[in-house]
Amino acid sequence: MSTTDARAARTAAPGREGGTDWLAHAVLLLGTVLFALPLWIVLMGSSHDAATIGRGEVPLLPGPHAAENYAAAWSRGTTGVPVARMLWNSTVMALCVAVGKIAISILSAYAVVFFRFPGRNLVFWSIFITLMLPVEVRIFPTFKVVSDLGLVNTYAGLIVPIIASATATLLFRQFFLTIPDEFVEAAKMDGAGPLRFFRDVVLPLSRTNMAALFVILFVYGWNQYLWPLLVATSEDVETVVIGMVKMIGSESNTDWSLVMTTCVLALLPPVAVVLLMQRWFVKGLTETEK
Amino acid sequence: MERKTVFKGRLLPYLLVAPQLLITIVFFFWPAGQAVWFAFLRQDAFGIRTSFVGLENFQDLFADPLYLETLRNTLVFAAGVSCIALGTALLLAVMADRQIRGAGLYRTLLVWPYAIAPAIAAVLWIFLFHPQIGMLGRALNGAGIPFDYKLNGNQAMLVVILAAAWKQVSYNFIFFLAGLQSIPKSVLEAAAIDGARPAYRFWTVTFPLLSPTTFFLLVVNLVYAFFETFGVIDALTKGGPGRATETLIYRAYIDGRVNLDLGMSSAQSVVLMLVVILLTAVQFRFIERRVHY
Repeated sequence: MSTTDARAARTAAPGREGGTDWLAHAVLLLGTVLFALPLWIVLMGSSHDAATIGRGEVPLLPGPHAAENYAAAWSRGTTGVPVARMLWNSTVMALCVAVGKIAISILSAYAVVFFRFPGRNLVFWSIFITLMLPVEVRIFPTFKVVSDLGLVNTYAGLIVPIIASATATLLFRQFFLTIPDEFVEAAKMDGAGPLRFFRDVVLPLSRTNMAALFVILFVYGWNQYLWPLLVATSEDVETVVIGMVKMIGSESNTDWSLVMTTCVLALLPPVAVVLLMQRWFVKGLTETEK
Repeated sequence: MERKTVFKGRLLPYLLVAPQLLITIVFFFWPAGQAVWFAFLRQDAFGIRTSFVGLENFQDLFADPLYLETLRNTLVFAAGVSCIALGTALLLAVMADRQIRGAGLYRTLLVWPYAIAPAIAAVLWIFLFHPQIGMLGRALNGAGIPFDYKLNGNQAMLVVILAAAWKQVSYNFIFFLAGLQSIPKSVLEAAAIDGARPAYRFWTVTFPLLSPTTFFLLVVNLVYAFFETFGVIDALTKGGPGRATETLIYRAYIDGRVNLDLGMSSAQSVVLMLVVILLTAVQFRFIERRVHY
């Protein structure tokens, strides 16, 4: 049965379980609230002063201190590193991870699919096998390599090791295999070489896939924790997720309202990217990882 | 699968794969190889001499009651996170798959936590469960139930499980919903016409058809719980109180970073590698068998 038929059958019987609609609404509302409540607490908390939070009042309505909290966090933070600096570092990291991974993956997938060359299978499998070991597992040896190369506390050291993985390559390979042979033949007939074909046909066709991967990889890069914790110890390259957890440090003198403010600032960019590009992202995610 | 028509080129394909291959060799194969090699070495107390000790690091590891306790913690943690995250996501996906008003809006509101970093999820949960400043933590203490995840190991485990699972529900939800939407509705209609009740229909028709998705997600969730939850634990409990929430990856970090014991830390990395390889191998086998169901 084709998907069109399935869709037709689906719309042909609207509300066939009409009696239990209220149950669906109740469950989904509960789920929505469970997700939204913690976010609401930090959002509201970020508009109160530290004393209110410290007393444990847990305000659920906005307070008068939002502007000063955000200004204080933005320009000085609590650990000596302004949150603006951390946000910049996270942005650089997330963008470079996303763009870098897409760039190297689309090139290698193109070579593996559209060429026959000695060692092609070896290349494919050595890239493929990186799926097996997440960066967390080989963290210290990777750190040693990065430090031998003198890349500790640099953007390159923070970003490049994160790029070594195969998910994007596999997605592009899968997609390239579906490009009809006629396209390649036509291009050859017109005398277009492989680079021309890549630029004029393959890149435009891959736009949706690139958008989906961008969302997934941006979030992945932004949310890295263990790797930056090891390799980015200087404040010049400290990311916002690490910086925020550091602010909690010793609990007795934590400025909780600034922690909440930083928390909001740290989660806003990736959430915005996911929400704005939701359609591509959901499609891309379910296709990449299966 | 192969293409029939391809381009000719001697040098070009190598140039195209060079960047990724180079990064993979330098930052993947080289360190992974070193991890395996270090696992068989031991440094003396001053870090001057290094000698080959064979499997001694591994023997020490599995003879260490603390490591076995960490292993037990990890299994409890991973099982808890996977069950809660999968169960909740499946329930929400089944509900969101129905033809109800506002289904699209619900989906958006359930998808956004995908973007939250594990460490940020942990901080959000501090404001729920902290005994002094957390909403629920205060309420529990106020109601006469002593609650402090920084003192009570079981409560600490509960909080890290909940925070880690909370973050993973969205991911599972997206996949379950995609899985549900690919089930031909005619199958369900047929069961409905035969008079099967909704719950019965779910367990006899929908759930078995969803099993490839469920299995895929189970492996992903286990890998998530084993490795990516490092941020949750570091931000919430730092493995404490005592060692109550210390998982394998956290212990490997402590041994490598704080105790500077490269041999033991590498041996632990190798154990973790074997776990991931095992999980991935099982997954590939299963998916292969399931392709023609």
